[in-house]
Amino acid sequence: METLNHLFQGFVVAGAPTNLMIALAGCFLGTVIGLLPGLGPINGVAILLPIAFAMNLPPESALILLCSVYAGCEYGGRISAILINVPGDAGAVMTTMDGFPMARKGLAGPALSISAWSSFVGSLLATIGIVFFAPILSEWAIAFGPAEYFALMVLALSCLGGLVGDSLPKAAVACLLGLLMSCVGIDSNSGVYRFTFDNLHLSDGIPFVVIVIGLFAVSEVMLMLESHQAGAKPIALTGRMMFSFREWRLQNWATFRSSVVGFFIGVLPGAGATVASAMTYAMEKRMAGKDHCFGDGDVRGVAAPEAANNASAYGSLIPMLTLGVPGSGTTAVMIGALTLYNINPGPTLFQDQPLIVWGLIASLFIANIMLLVMNIPMIRLFVKFLDMPNWLLVPLVAAVSLVGVYSVHSTSFDLVFGVLLGGIGYLLRVMNFPISPLILGFVLGDMMEQNLRRALSISNGELSVLFASPISIVLWVMAVAMLIGPRVFRALEERKLRNLGLLAAEDAHVEAG
Amino acid sequence: MSERIFGFALLLLSVAGIWIGWDLRAPVEYEPVGPRAFPLLILTLLGVTAVVMIASRPAPTKWAPPPVLRHVAALFVVMLVYAWLFDKLGFILATALMTVPVARYFGGTWRQCALGGIGLGVGQFILFDKILDVALPTGLWLKPILG
Repeated sequence: METLNHLFQGFVVAGAPTNLMIALAGCFLGTVIGLLPGLGPINGVAILLPIAFAMNLPPESALILLCSVYAGCEYGGRISAILINVPGDAGAVMTTMDGFPMARKGLAGPALSISAWSSFVGSLLATIGIVFFAPILSEWAIAFGPAEYFALMVLALSCLGGLVGDSLPKAAVACLLGLLMSCVGIDSNSGVYRFTFDNLHLSDGIPFVVIVIGLFAVSEVMLMLESHQAGAKPIALTGRMMFSFREWRLQNWATFRSSVVGFFIGVLPGAGATVASAMTYAMEKRMAGKDHCFGDGDVRGVAAPEAANNASAYGSLIPMLTLGVPGSGTTAVMIGALTLYNINPGPTLFQDQPLIVWGLIASLFIANIMLLVMNIPMIRLFVKFLDMPNWLLVPLVAAVSLVGVYSVHSTSFDLVFGVLLGGIGYLLRVMNFPISPLILGFVLGDMMEQNLRRALSISNGELSVLFASPISIVLWVMAVAMLIGPRVFRALEERKLRNLGLLAAEDAHVEAG
Repeated sequence: MSERIFGFALLLLSVAGIWIGWDLRAPVEYEPVGPRAFPLLILTLLGVTAVVMIASRPAPTKWAPPPVLRHVAALFVVMLVYAWLFDKLGFILATALMTVPVARYFGGTWRQCALGGIGLGVGQFILFDKILDVALPTGLWLKPILG
C-alpha cells in the first residue's frame, strides 16, 4: 500500500509538464541514438548527462531525461538491426538474426511493429518488477555495513569483469585503471593530494564527464572512421506495417518468458542486455521444437530478444537505485549523474529522495507509452534517420561531446584531457579491453576506498573484519565464482553455440552497454 | 605484439605509481588505513595483471590497415586541435573548422563540408547557447558583433 502511495507521488512528479516534455525529448533522442550504429545507450547517456546538468535541470528531471534516453536506445537499436542488418546497439545483436530475414521477405513493417510491441511488454513487466522488488531490496540493503559494502562492490566489479570481454586479465586491467583514476585528487579523509602532479585542475579528481565522454564518445568517433564504409542501403518499408493477429499470438508466450528472464538477468550486475537477448533467443529456439523458422525470419526470434533486451535494461536500474552499486556501464554513468548533483546513491536513496526515485520509476511507465507510440505509428519518421550521412553525424557527435565536457568546468584543460583520454580509449578498445569495467571502477573507486577504510577503522586495522559476517562471506564467494564461472560456462556454451550457428553474431558483439 | 608492449607500459605505470605513491602519508594519522594503502593495493594488482598479460599469449590485435590508421591518427590530431581552440576561436568558428576535415574523412564533398561546418557551428550555438541555456564560448572575435 505504501508502495502504491509512493508510486502515485511519483506520477505527480513525472506528470509535471516540464518532466513530460523532457521524457518526450529523451524518448525521441534515445530512439535516434539507439538506431544509429555506433552510438548506443552509454554514449547517449554520457553525452547528454553534462548537458542536462548545464541546463540546470533539477535532479529528478535530469534522471528522467537520462532514463528515457536509455529506454529509447533499447527501442531504437532494433530499427537498424532489422533494416540494415547492423545492430544499432549491443542489445540488438540477436535481433538481426531474424529481423533482417523478415525484412528481406518484405515483412519489415511487421518485424518493426512486433518488436516494438515486445519491447513494450518487456519494459512494462520490468518496470512493474522494479516497483515490487526495489523497495524490498533497499530495505534489506540498509543492514549492510562497510565491510559488506566493500565485498558487494568487489562482486559488482568481478561480475562485469567476468562477463565482459574476451580475457580476464584485460577486464581486470580495465577495472584497475578505473580504480586508479578514481584515486587522483585530494583524499577527503586526510587532505593529502594524490597523483595530482601539482596540477590545480586535477585536485578535485579527474572529472567524471571528461572520462566518460573521452573514453566513449571521442574514441567512438575514431572507431567509426575505422569501420566507415559506403552506408548500407536500408530496406524500404513497403507493405503492411502492423503485425497480424496470428503473429501476435505466436510470440505472446515467447515475449512473456523472455521479459521475465531478461529482467532477472538485468538485475544481476555485469550481465546486461547482450547476455539477456542471446540467452532468451537460444532458449526460445530450443523451446520452439521443430515447428519454427528461427534464423530465417521467425516472429519469435525478433520478439524474444527485444523483450529481453528491454527488460534487462530496466532490471539493471535496480542495483543502481537500491544499492548505489551499478551493474553496467550505462547505469554507472547514471550514478555519476547522481553524484554530480551531490545525491548519495545507496540504500538510503529510497528514504532520503523518494520523489526522485519514484518520479523516475513513474516516468519509466510514461516513457514506455510514448515509445510505443513513437515506434509503431511514427516509425517512418525514425527510419529516415538511417539516411543520415556519416559526414554530418560524426562532426555533430564530436561537437556535442565537447560541448558536454566544456559545460562542466568551462576550461580547455578538460577538453584537451578528454580528447587525450579518447585516444587512449581508442587504443584500449582496438586491443579488446572492455571499457565498461573501467567506468564502473572509476565510479565505485571512491566508495570502495571509503568503505574499506571505514571497515578497517572499526576493527582497528584487523583485516578479518572483511570476512566476518555471513553476508560478506557469501558476497566474496560469489565474487570469486563470478570471475571463474562464466569462463567455464562459456567454454561449454561455445560448442553449443557453434552448433546453433550463432558464433558469427558473437563476433559482431559490440561491448555490452 | 602490441599486447606485450602495452603490458610493459602498464607495468611501468604500476612501478612509477608505487614510487610516487609510497610517500603519500597524512601529516596526522588518526585512522589505521591512511591515504596511500588503497592506491598502492590497486597499483600492485595492476602490476601483477600486467605481468600475467605479458606472460600469457592473448589473441593478437587486429589493427586497421595503415592508411586507415593514418586517417585515425589525423582525426585524433584534428580533435585535439579542436579541443585546444574551442574557447579561443569560439564555438562557431572552431566547430566549422573542425567539421571540414572530419567530414572529408567520412566521405563528404567539399561543398557538403563547408555547408555542414557552418550549419553545425551556427545551429548548435543557437540550440545550446540560446535555447538550452548551456553557455558556449563566443570567442573574442564574435563578441563585438553579438554585442
